[in-house]
Order: sequence, then structure tokens, then C-alpha cells
Amino acid sequence: MARNVTQRRKILNTAAAWTIGLLIFFPILWTILTSFKTEAQAIADPPIFLAFDWTLENYGAVMERSNYSRFLWNSIVIAGGSTILGILIAVPAAWSMAFVPSKRTKDILLWMLSTKMLPAVGVLYPIYLLFIQFGILDTKIGLVIVLMLINLPIIVWMLYTYFKEIPGEILEAARMDGASLKEEVLYVLTPMAIPGIASTLLLNVILAWNEAFWTLNLTAAKAAPLTAFIASYSSPEGLFYAKLSAASTMAIAPILVLGWFSQKQLVSGLTFGAVK
Amino acid sequence: MSLRNSAFAATALSFVTAGGVFAETITIATVNNGDMIRMQGLTDDFTARTGHTVEWVTLEENVLRQRVTTDISTRGGAFDIMTIGMYETPIWGANGWLVPLNDLSAEYDVDDLLPAMRSGLSHDGTLFAAPFYGESSMIMYRTDLMEKAGMEMPTAPTWQFIREAAAAMTDRENDINGICLRGKAGWGEGGAFITVTANSFGARWFDEDWNAQFDQPQWAEALNFYVDMMNESGPAGFAINGFNENLSLFQQGKCGMWIDATVAASFVTNPNDSTVADKVGFALAPNSEGVAKRANWLWAWALAIPAGTQKEAAAKEFVEWATSKDYIELVAGKEGWANVPPGARTSLYENPEYQKVPFAQMTLDSIKAADPQNPTVDPVPYVGIQFVAIPEFAGMATEVSQEFSAAYAGQQTVEEALAKAQALTNEVMESAGYR
Repeated sequence: MARNVTQRRKILNTAAAWTIGLLIFFPILWTILTSFKTEAQAIADPPIFLAFDWTLENYGAVMERSNYSRFLWNSIVIAGGSTILGILIAVPAAWSMAFVPSKRTKDILLWMLSTKMLPAVGVLYPIYLLFIQFGILDTKIGLVIVLMLINLPIIVWMLYTYFKEIPGEILEAARMDGASLKEEVLYVLTPMAIPGIASTLLLNVILAWNEAFWTLNLTAAKAAPLTAFIASYSSPEGLFYAKLSAASTMAIAPILVLGWFSQKQLVSGLTFGAVK
Repeated sequence: MSLRNSAFAATALSFVTAGGVFAETITIATVNNGDMIRMQGLTDDFTARTGHTVEWVTLEENVLRQRVTTDISTRGGAFDIMTIGMYETPIWGANGWLVPLNDLSAEYDVDDLLPAMRSGLSHDGTLFAAPFYGESSMIMYRTDLMEKAGMEMPTAPTWQFIREAAAAMTDRENDINGICLRGKAGWGEGGAFITVTANSFGARWFDEDWNAQFDQPQWAEALNFYVDMMNESGPAGFAINGFNENLSLFQQGKCGMWIDATVAASFVTNPNDSTVADKVGFALAPNSEGVAKRANWLWAWALAIPAGTQKEAAAKEFVEWATSKDYIELVAGKEGWANVPPGARTSLYENPEYQKVPFAQMTLDSIKAADPQNPTVDPVPYVGIQFVAIPEFAGMATEVSQEFSAAYAGQQTVEEALAKAQALTNEVMESAGYR
């Protein structure tokens, strides 16, 4: 039975939701606003919110100094490549764990997740040496592999959770109709899990896009993505906050737009199975 | 093979072998400081002279330090030139990680490098990195506020004078703090500042047997003096202020005095960014009355070539170009004398054009007042003024500065912070085998 919600409560809930939303969004908004200020206005005290002379000079300076399109392309390839590769490996893995579990399945899942608990810097040197050995330092393929591996536990976990929601009987029915294993996964399971796969995909693109430890440490000039682009504008000796904000805005803009247009899929995927 | 193909191959081979050096693309790791960015903008001049092209990897200082340390210690070869400082250079040079710069050309005039810079970037007399710009620390003060307080800044003041002047300049109602100093944790931030302050009170990090000295009265005196003065006349929340925070406060007219890197002089006197550009005076970093050492540090951002690079010849050409007298002339011609990289060459300070820059002489005097071989009143077993040039220092000093920052913020007493610093430093030195 639906609960009676009073008008007053509705207004309060809406106001609370907007307040929390704006609070979360405020740092991004401030970064965007700062990118249109001069360096002097960026550090003004009291801070200037909107009443300043809007300028595009920071964007001009950033575009002149850095090859933005190369950083952007590297980000697209690394984030997209690692996510697709991860999904290709994780779908069969999650299928087997969800529908053909063994008595060790839970342990394997927990073990996979435990690899995320290790601080990344702890394995920096071994990974760096492996990269030198294989000649993949400062290459996109090297980063695609590393980011795929570090995000794989999350992808498998998410897909496993979604697959568990799908009744096994449907797959059994498909098998009885003569579907092969490949057809079962490709034509029955995958279409049913599309919202889950889509949200996993989006979340992993965002994670890979924002990953800043490995992308900074395993690249130099050729494969550096947008995280390195932002880092190049941070300075401990000099106030370049407006330029740093312009670089940050340019780096987050693509993922912000992607997130905005796919928010419906993201929300439906993330709440998949939450309400039974 | 046809005759035509043979002729083509022979011609190509002769091009490759005749010159010895041909156009290369070199990768340079650097920091995002004003002088470095200017250098990036002038790379075309280097390419026009040599034919070599340059790819830049610009990173924030701490990220850069971690990135290049990983690469050089594993012989990764990701970079052909690295921007490093006075702390890393002697250690890496001793490890054989850097190409010695002992065959620079006669036109380069290596003897023109400021002696303090040359010695700080050498190991056993061999130069391992060429200084791009150098700095010490000095006092920057508001001439108008000093006058209003009825005081006159001596060229070489004492800490006691500074404290008195800071109190006189403080005007809480108008949000003016008599003095702004670093308090932020980090060995290169607040750690560097408090170390030189302690030097100027007669303290030192270690005695000659590598025993920590934080239990000595000079450290307590220095730290208590700093905390009391900052509580009296410093900005609120000074425990989290670093270079940038103080620069921002000073540029907005909220500091009477600021003691920090000499390189800041060009920022605070730049009318585009600073509201007090025409009211800034300079003086030598202070000392406690009767103590022979002043609170001067010495630092250089320098260009070094990692051993094992495949492009050593081209990298050397770049290092010579970027740290040459010609480069200084190039920057002066395009951006004015106030914007040339300071603190590296003696000839710059002999140049009558540069002598007109208001902070030029004080920068040179400050650099000259710093001696990394003899940084403290009592003898020490280490080289370095605001740091101790041993590999363990960065981690250890960061922890010590965190304890000090907690004391600045009032989370513990100065005595507690010093006791913790003493214990953790001795522990590190013992496990590293120094004691």
C-alpha cells in the first residue's frame, strides 16, 4: 500500500534533494566559473561568484600550450578500450559464477575484490619493471591492460549481481529449445541484462577516465591522457588557478556530457534489483 | 637491387653516418613553474638551431618527483632530460644514475655558474645537473606599512626585530597580518622553512654521529618563537599555509612581511597580479641575535640527463641551450629582464640591465649568504640547508613537519612535537644503519 505523503513533506524532500545535489555539484560549478576569471580574480578574497569580467583567455592559453586533442584521444582510447576488454572478459566470468557456481565461487569473488584493497603504490615498481620488460611503457595498450585489470573485480561483481537477478529457468528454457552455450549467453542473457551491462559499462568508463595514479605513473609524452593534462597545470610555486580550472573543465567536460545523457541508464542500472 | 635503389641507399647511409648527430625528438620532464613554462614557449628557438624537437611532460612538483624517481631507479628510459632539484642531484649522481656534465662546451662557460649552485648540483666535484634557475629565501615587506608603523627595515634584520615589526604592522580590523610564513606540512613546504629558521637559532638536524638534535634547547627556542610570533601577528589558520597561500595573501595586501623564496619577488612586484606591486621592499632573511647563520635556504631547479638515455648528445645540446647566457638574452629580449631565470649565472648579476631589476641584488646577496656545505652553527655530517641530502630525508622530514604543523594548529604542544620528532628521526636513522 502506498504511503500518504503530505504536500509539506514533498516540498521538504524536494528542497533537501536539491540542496544535497547543489552541494555535490558546487565544486564543479566553482571550477567552471573560475576558468572564466583572470588569475587575480580567481584568488580574490572575498571570492567573486558571478560579478566578474568573463574571459576566455585561460582557455586560449591552455590550447596554445597543450595539445588537448592528443590527451583527449588518449583518454577515449584508454577508458573505452579498457572497459570493452573488461566487459568481454567479465560477462562469461559473471555468467559462470551466477549460473554454474561451485562451492568456492563466493571465495573467488571475495578474493577478486580483495585485490582492490591493496594500495596501488605497493605494486608500482613490479608493474613498472614489467612494462619496461614488455616495452609497453608510455603506450595506450599498456594502460588499457592495467586499467582493465584494476577495474575487472568491480565489473565482475556488478555483472554477477545483475545476472543473479535473472531467473535461471529462462536460460534453462533456452537450453531446452536447443540454444548452445554461446547463443544462451549472447541472445538470451545479454539482452535481458542490458541495463546492468550498460550501467557497468558507463561506471567503468568514468572510473577509467578519472584514474590518475597509473595513468600518471606509466606514461610520459605519448600515451598521457587528460589526467596528465590537468596535472600539468598544477603548480606549487605560482598562482595559476584560473588556468588549472580551465584545464580541469576541458578534461571533465566530455565525461560530464556523457554522464548527463546516460543518467537514465545509469540510475536504472545501479538500482536494478534494488526494489523487488 | 637496382642501381637506382643502391644509389639511394648509399646516399641515405652517408647522411646518417656523416653528421653523427641527426634530428632527434627528446622527452623532457619538468615542473609547472613560470620559468619552465616560458622555456616551453621558446623551444622553437632550440629546434631552429639544432633540428631536434622536444616533447614536454609537465607535472606538479610532488608527482614529478615520484615519476622521475621511479623511472630513473628502474632505468625506464621514459625521459631524456629530467628537471630535478638540489636534493636529488648529489644523491642520484653518487648512485651513477645521471650523466656527468663534465664536457660542456667552452662557450657554455661553466665557470660562470654561481659557485653555490655549482657546488649544490655536484657530487665529488663533478657537475651532474645544470642550474636552470636558482633561489634563496629573503624578506619581502610592505614599505608603506613599515613606514606607517614608524619603523625602518635594516638590510640584515634579526628575528627579534621582525617580531617587533610584525606586531606593529598587524591591523586585525583591516585584515592585515604583520607576518605570513609557511606552516603547511611537507618537507619542501613548512618543513623547509622551519629547518632554516632553526638553523638561524643555532639548531641542526643531526650531530656528527647522526644523532637527532630535536631535544636540544635551540630547537625549542626556534619553534616556540615561531609559534608565538605567528599567534601574535600571523594569519588565522597559518598551519595550512604554504607558498601559494602566502603569495595570495601578500598579493592582496594582507601581509606586512613574507619570508619566502626569492623567486616570489617577481610575482609580488608584477602589477598584473599584485595589488601592492609598487610597495614592496626586500631584506636578507633574519637570524636570531648573535647567531652566525641566517634563515637562507638554497635551491635550484636544474636539468639532468639520466644515464642510459639513447639520446644523450641531443639532450646535452638542450641542457646547454636552456641554461646558457644566450637563453637569458633570448628571454630578456622577448619578455624583459625581470622575467629571465634568476640565480644561476654570475654574469647575469654583472649585467647593468639586470641590475636595474629591484630584487636582483638582494637575490644575489641571499644566495651568497647560503652555504650548503656548512649550513649550521655547529658542525654536521650532511650537506644541504633546508634539507639533509640523504635518501631517507624526504619521508622522515615529511613526518616531522606533520608533527610541527599539528603543534602550530594547537593540537599538541611544541614540546610534544619535538619529542615525537626526536623519536621518529632516531628510529629511521637507526634502521637505515646511520647510528
